[in-house]
Amino acid sequence: MTDQQKLRIYQALLLVAVFVVWHVLTATAILPPFFFGRPLVVLEKIWEWFASGKIYMHLAITLAETALAFVVGTLLGLGIGLWLALSPMASALLDPYIKALNSMPRVILAPIFAVWFGLGIWSKVALGVTLVFFIVFFNVYQGVKEVSPVVLNNARMLGATPAQLLRTVYLPSATSWVFSSLHTSVGMAFVGAVVGEYLGSAAGVGYLILQAESVFDINTVLAGILVLTGFALALDGLVTLAERRLLVWRPAQSETEPL
Amino acid sequence: MSDRAALALENITVAFAPRSAGATSYTAVRDTTLEVARGEFVSVVGPTGCGKSTLLNVAAGLLAPSNGRVTVFGTPLEGINRHAGYLFQADALLPWLSALDNIAIGLRYRGLPKAEAQDRARDWLGRVGLAGHGHRYPHQLSGGMKKRVALAQTLILDPDILLMDEPFSALDIQTRQLMENELLELWSADRKSVVFITHDLEEAIALSDRVVVLSAGPETHPIGEYTIDLPRPRDVAEVRLTPAFIAFHREIWHAMRDEVMKGYMRSQAE
Repeated sequence: MTDQQKLRIYQALLLVAVFVVWHVLTATAILPPFFFGRPLVVLEKIWEWFASGKIYMHLAITLAETALAFVVGTLLGLGIGLWLALSPMASALLDPYIKALNSMPRVILAPIFAVWFGLGIWSKVALGVTLVFFIVFFNVYQGVKEVSPVVLNNARMLGATPAQLLRTVYLPSATSWVFSSLHTSVGMAFVGAVVGEYLGSAAGVGYLILQAESVFDINTVLAGILVLTGFALALDGLVTLAERRLLVWRPAQSETEPL
Repeated sequence: MSDRAALALENITVAFAPRSAGATSYTAVRDTTLEVARGEFVSVVGPTGCGKSTLLNVAAGLLAPSNGRVTVFGTPLEGINRHAGYLFQADALLPWLSALDNIAIGLRYRGLPKAEAQDRARDWLGRVGLAGHGHRYPHQLSGGMKKRVALAQTLILDPDILLMDEPFSALDIQTRQLMENELLELWSADRKSVVFITHDLEEAIALSDRVVVLSAGPETHPIGEYTIDLPRPRDVAEVRLTPAFIAFHREIWHAMRDEVMKGYMRSQAE
């Protein structure tokens, strides 16, 4: 057995241990089950969700919101980031506003979005977009500013037009920065979706949690949280796969230089 | 100025605006005139920090001179010098493109279809001795291989004038002599006009038809010009041992030495 496999087994044992401690503490009423739930009931609830298929619709809605928020936020961040980075005048003009918008606690916008876009998925997408946008925006801005002047001059000497410079130099440099922040931005899109649902919705995993909470069903709340956590881990895994495929040109830390 | 010159810099002065209020402007190059004939290999040597690269950027059209005139084949230069290829001192390959795509990119900029550009790039990949390495990204290539790719990237466009800014200075001495010989071989095939910037006098003499010596900066200007009539084809490693080479070296070094010392003292004082 390799060290890697051993590590995985220990990690799984740790998880089991946490559940066992949780079970013992709540079964003996050292921790009141009303506030801390019962792990067996929680697992049963999750099982029931998946067995009955009831959860899939909610998961699909949360996933759709996450995906839309990610795509719209990334495209906006990419476009506006490129524009501001390449136009010093616009960047100087808008600088204080960008800073103000970024430092504002944006979750507070959720009620406004609910009024503007209703209780459907679009108010959640809007919230996710405001979270994703700034991460992508700042990374694109940095990516364009960090383009090596030598690479830029080389492309110009090789005959690149301004449009070709944008496509072959600025954009690849900016997207590499976007990809390096992919874990954060996908995570933020997910946060936007779930928080939006939690603050007012008619469907989604956040809605399930909200409903259970309003009748003090702590077991269902915990089940919802566990499902969300598993889901977030799966998304993160997908991002890692995408990264490996798309950033082959970037030197990995451990890679040696072949002669 | 003769019309036959491929590249003519006339009375070039380059002054950089002061970085902060109250500072004086910095004059990197003052009143410099340099002419390169068709097919001529000219080296420009000078102490470090004397504004050699500045002069080359002016010739490339990347930097507009404060004063003076640049003409390319008799036409005043405006914007980027379209007749020139530029080999940079630092790594200038596009890191997100493979070696093959890097070589092909200039042709792609000119609107050639991808397949044709790649076919010609593959041919150049072989000519610079990198056949089979086309799929590698720049970070997977050694310093010498990167320089070969950069050379192919520039030469595939068949520029009339080749501007080279200490292109081999980062290489070890063996790789460097190898690259110098390859450069001479490629150059002798179709005799482009070359401006080769270096701080290495031996390299300059071994490669060139003419060596121009610059004074220490700031306000750099040429202080000497030497025609190197060593027979061609030359082997850069062997030519260094000939008496004629040593005589040239002694003569030019004698003129350069004071300037090198001046540049050194100035950098010490800062």
